[in-house]
Amino acid sequence: MTFFMQMLVTGIVVGSVYALVALGFVLIYKASDAINFAQGEFLLVGTYVCLTLITAYQIPFLAALAITLIFSAFLGFAIERVVLRPFIGEPVISMIMATIGLSSLMAGIVHIIWGHQTRVYPQIFPDTPVRLGEVVVSPVYLWSLIIVLILLVLFTLFFKYSKVGIAMRATADDQQAALSMGISVKMVFAVSWAISSVVSSVGGVLLGNINGVNSSLALIGLKVLPVALLGGLDSIFGAIVGGFIIGILESLVGGYLDPLVGGGLKEVVPFIVLVLILMFKPYGLFGKEEIERV
Amino acid sequence: MRNPFVMGCGEYRVNYMEDMAIYKIPRVRYRVFAIIAFFAVFPFLFSEYTVGLATLCGIAAIGAIGLNILTGFTGLISIGAGAFLGVGGYTSAILTTKLGLSFWIALPLAGVITALVGALFGIPSLRLKGLYLAMATLAAQVIILFVISRWDSLTGGTAGLVLERPSIGGYALYSDTGYYYLMLAVLLFTTIFAMNLFRSRVGRAFVAVRDRDVAAEVMGIDLFKYKVLAFAVSSFFVGIAGALLGHYTMIVSPELYSIQVSIEYLAMILVGGLGSVLGSIYGAVFITLLPVVLRSIIEILSAFFPDLGGVFAGLREVVFGAIIILFLIYEPEGLAKMWRNIKDYFKLWPFSY
Repeated sequence: MTFFMQMLVTGIVVGSVYALVALGFVLIYKASDAINFAQGEFLLVGTYVCLTLITAYQIPFLAALAITLIFSAFLGFAIERVVLRPFIGEPVISMIMATIGLSSLMAGIVHIIWGHQTRVYPQIFPDTPVRLGEVVVSPVYLWSLIIVLILLVLFTLFFKYSKVGIAMRATADDQQAALSMGISVKMVFAVSWAISSVVSSVGGVLLGNINGVNSSLALIGLKVLPVALLGGLDSIFGAIVGGFIIGILESLVGGYLDPLVGGGLKEVVPFIVLVLILMFKPYGLFGKEEIERV
Repeated sequence: MRNPFVMGCGEYRVNYMEDMAIYKIPRVRYRVFAIIAFFAVFPFLFSEYTVGLATLCGIAAIGAIGLNILTGFTGLISIGAGAFLGVGGYTSAILTTKLGLSFWIALPLAGVITALVGALFGIPSLRLKGLYLAMATLAAQVIILFVISRWDSLTGGTAGLVLERPSIGGYALYSDTGYYYLMLAVLLFTTIFAMNLFRSRVGRAFVAVRDRDVAAEVMGIDLFKYKVLAFAVSSFFVGIAGALLGHYTMIVSPELYSIQVSIEYLAMILVGGLGSVLGSIYGAVFITLLPVVLRSIIEILSAFFPDLGGVFAGLREVVFGAIIILFLIYEPEGLAKMWRNIKDYFKLWPFSY
């Protein structure tokens, strides 16, 4: 039972990071109908920038995080403007290939600047484990969960009440109507890329604190696909729920089934879920169903 | 006598037969024969290393033509080409090493089995389109690779299997030159098959599905049949390419068929030209030679910047990504279209109006 709880807690923490990254992913999809295959690389850039600020420039963690977030926002703006703007309204394959090209480009730059070896963050959170009943939790996990939950609440409020958030929801609902109400759709696209980049780098920094930093972090970018699809590609709430479900599932499979098959199943389970969703419920748990009429 | 410096400045076709012809004007026939003759004597003109590179390009071209049938002509995006390449390679490896079959039986069987696996993963394509299909094929990639790397008894796990080069009547194709001719024969067959496919009912049905699948269905095309068929035909050639590649490198192992390979194949057909058979060949050559050219450039430059050798892997990714993006922005129809533009320019040259 303790083992189960341990796995559950790990799953919830990892799942919360998935939820955060999937939030960025869904945001871009909602705004501009683009699937961002470079989400994982945003995460990678964010975590490396933060790490460099802390280790090379000796900036305290919170300040470094703030600088990283500002940097990520500008990175998101710049990439939307330079790379993605020409593809608005282009066929799906152009968009997919553009983001795949972008991911290769960014991964290459990261490798050139920071190399391939795994690096670790200096101790930021205290390392005395916290006891929750019979479960032992490392403070890093706890803090990650808290930070993610705060961010998720903040973004929910942002979409509900702020002017920009409402403009974003309007654009996602109906671009033409939004345009005719005086909303700058281009601005909305840019903001959604910026936010997406920011949340990804938060996810990257947290995962970097938990597992150390190397280029395999970018794999999260692919895992976000099943997460987003499970919740429904155009549902922010769905992305959050999907993140927790996939995180917990992955952790439990890793704990119970991996020893039976010799490892590796943990990484594949999200994709098996992906196939099942596609076969039985392609619009996910909370997605809007598209009906095609001739 | 015709002035040899003046190109034909228009197309005068009066019936559909002429419009569908492979050789649009008689002169093209001689040009095609000349090109084939050039590649037939290619090994005698260049070094063993160049011939080896040409073989790799040709094998990639076979796979790229296969993928283009699916993605370029039928409009079904597949991010699983790498895994299907692996299915072909492993099928041939298992058939020749474990069952002791001859390569000449294993090669077509590799194609057939990959076609079956492809058709299986093509079944969801009836309901899924665009993005959703891309994700389904991505899942196929991950799951197939997982099966390959975990089914130790059959596939040798992560260590992979070691293969042998095939032989014809006692003459083993150990040299790169011998294998080059094998590749050339298969590539020629693939090209001719693909070009003729799109002059047939099946091929035109594929194109109709791409352009508007609902409209195609209204006109009597069985969507399910043709979508699955497109997956099968495409995977057949990808599987053949995988088997050829496996016997050429003489090893198959899971990391040779990662998602990067799938992306490279997508890049090939994108850079070459979606929906163009010859474009797939141009693209395959371009993407295969890209790291080679890049490496030699770096070797020249590293005389001035000694640190450059260490960044090759990263630089390769950067250039690769940049090329995809630049082609998408500036010439979405790829090298095939560029070549056509050049030809069209000279058709009317020097009076281009």
